[in-house]
Amino acid sequence: MKLSKETHKELYLKMVQTRKFEETAARLFVEGKVHGTAHFCIGEEATGVGVCTSLEVEDYILQTHRGHNQGIGKNMDIKKMMAEFLGKETGYCKGKGGCMHIADFSVGSLGANGIVGGGIPLATGAALKQQYNKEDNITVVFFGDGATNEGSFHESLNLAATWKLPVLFVCTNNYYGMSTSTKKSMAIDDISIRAEGYGMKGIALDGNDVVNIYEETIKAKKYILENGPMLMVLNTYRWMGHSKSDAQIYRTKEEVAEWKEKCPIKRHRDFILKNKVMTEAELEAIEAQAAQDIKDAVAFAESSPEPKIENIFDDVYAD
Amino acid sequence: MRDITYAQAINEAMSEEMRLDKNLIFIGEDIGVYGGAFGVSKGMFEEFGPERVKDTPISEQVITGCAAGASMTGLKTIAEMMFSDFMTLAMDQLANQAAKNRFQFGGQGAVPMVLRAPGGSGTGAAEQHSQSLEAWVAHVPGLKVVIPSTPADAKGLLKASIRDNNPVVFLEQKLLYRQKGPVAEIGEDEIIPLGKADVKREGKDVTIITYGRMVPRSLKVAEDLAKEGIDVEVVDIRTLVPLDKEALIKSAKKTGKVLVVHEACQTGGFGGELVSVVVESDAFFYLDAPVKRLGGLDVPIPYNPNLEAQVVPTEEKITAAIKNLL
Ligand SMILES: Cc1ncc(C[n+]2csc(CCOP(=O)(O)OP(=O)(O)O)c2C)c(N)n1
Ligand SMILES: [Mg+2]
Repeated sequence: MKLSKETHKELYLKMVQTRKFEETAARLFVEGKVHGTAHFCIGEEATGVGVCTSLEVEDYILQTHRGHNQGIGKNMDIKKMMAEFLGKETGYCKGKGGCMHIADFSVGSLGANGIVGGGIPLATGAALKQQYNKEDNITVVFFGDGATNEGSFHESLNLAATWKLPVLFVCTNNYYGMSTSTKKSMAIDDISIRAEGYGMKGIALDGNDVVNIYEETIKAKKYILENGPMLMVLNTYRWMGHSKSDAQIYRTKEEVAEWKEKCPIKRHRDFILKNKVMTEAELEAIEAQAAQDIKDAVAFAESSPEPKIENIFDDVYAD
Repeated sequence: MRDITYAQAINEAMSEEMRLDKNLIFIGEDIGVYGGAFGVSKGMFEEFGPERVKDTPISEQVITGCAAGASMTGLKTIAEMMFSDFMTLAMDQLANQAAKNRFQFGGQGAVPMVLRAPGGSGTGAAEQHSQSLEAWVAHVPGLKVVIPSTPADAKGLLKASIRDNNPVVFLEQKLLYRQKGPVAEIGEDEIIPLGKADVKREGKDVTIITYGRMVPRSLKVAEDLAKEGIDVEVVDIRTLVPLDKEALIKSAKKTGKVLVVHEACQTGGFGGELVSVVVESDAFFYLDAPVKRLGGLDVPIPYNPNLEAQVVPTEEKITAAIKNLL
């Protein structure tokens, strides 16, 4: 499969947007402009961007707490994401959800989740609806390595395999759940073998190779629509701490530095130049555009109104 | 009118709604050919087939989450917990996912699902199969909570719950499944809107506010006390969320004496909420006596039948509590 220039452009732009979104969000924290917490995905951009860019609007995704790459990958509006991050009325959730609950049903994002593994059972339901209506679309659910130790993961894989539900289970394996290394939380090295116990296909991929992730997701979707669910493990690394407050005493600086060498954005950039997909100048233009998009998003968010307590009972119940 | 059981009424409500709405499906453990642990869904698998009546693995968390996910995306679902005690295994999907979905996403979606779950003691099922956990779910904004006490209410309220656009926890009463009562002919029955209490017996001396299995028991006490010249009003709240506060306040004003009765453990039980509704309202000025609660003892439900019978409000205890109020 040879990706078009347009696709490369899209993948690269979304990854850079994600990176800049995270860097900017982290700065807003330091400036005291954000009051909650956030979980940054710098280093993991290729995972959500690679998977989601290959999907159609009608394919659903369920995101994680570390899912800005997933949302941007699925074409969420960066302005509304930033506004939600700042808790504004114009945010995706009217300031009620924050970035742990970002969602955009209109582009097929059924929402991020603050509960580790909490979205996995929901994905079986969304896929059941697709199966029931005989749709040619799938549901993709993201979760971390840590989440694969939750009961929700195991119940959901078993149900999906048994009912042959069109679900792509995507594990973003960054080797840590907060401070706990996978070496201390599971007795296996390759998370993808968990699929086998449920009679499901499991694959493990380099989570920093956006081109391969994009291609493999297209293949996976075809496989799933013909055969049933699949587990895709994307091995990657988070560069920053787990969340706002994390002194990172559980891992070495050398380990972090080693993974920074494998930067997914740099890797894609090198690929593009080497294969002459785009010129240096074209890449710089994309980078400038991404920077501008994030600037615009911050300006939009900062100038947006605060939500009003008068509306607090809205949306507790549907009519 | 004809007499059918509470279980049949529930079966009819589900079946009729499934005939009307092709987007409505039903999932749970052993609900298919087996017909459900209490036989409630007998015949439904045969009528609607394996695509709409789906036996699941024994996985309460994913049963609940699957129902929520399907309902978020356009289907309507009824999910059955074999026993309401097993909601404990499904609590994240119910309380963190289904209940908060609409609010936390700023009103983008809705989760029209019903979680049917039989509760209550009296069957010798002991500690882990006999609880009344309605207060747990009533405490979570975003959920609606229904507990019917008669076959007609079960049918009308379940139909309303299925048509509701929110996650509804529909708590059935195991001991009432085989009770018969008058229900309108098929096609003529009424949908009973959520949030409407029902005065099951009019009286002028004292009010019992109750729900579920304690409704027939309170009515029995009321009939016995009538022979002694004590005229008891029995108000069945029917839905805990939304709660028909007006009905409680009205009855409290009328009789000036209120006893709240439920089977669930008294401490932290929904009775505390019912008492508060009365005493925080202007009904307070009409009260002739302190409002009293009679809940279950604060113990797990024991196995031995004598013990089991004594840990929840008995006719004797209700009678004594009423007499104390007068
Ligand atoms: C059920 C639950 N347990 C614990 C937490 C606290 N918590 C939030 S994220 C996290 C780590 C999750 O690890 P993983 O699934 O690997 O995702 P990652 O953060 O590495 O992306 C923990 C422990 C939570 N939010 N939910
Ligand atoms: Mg992790």
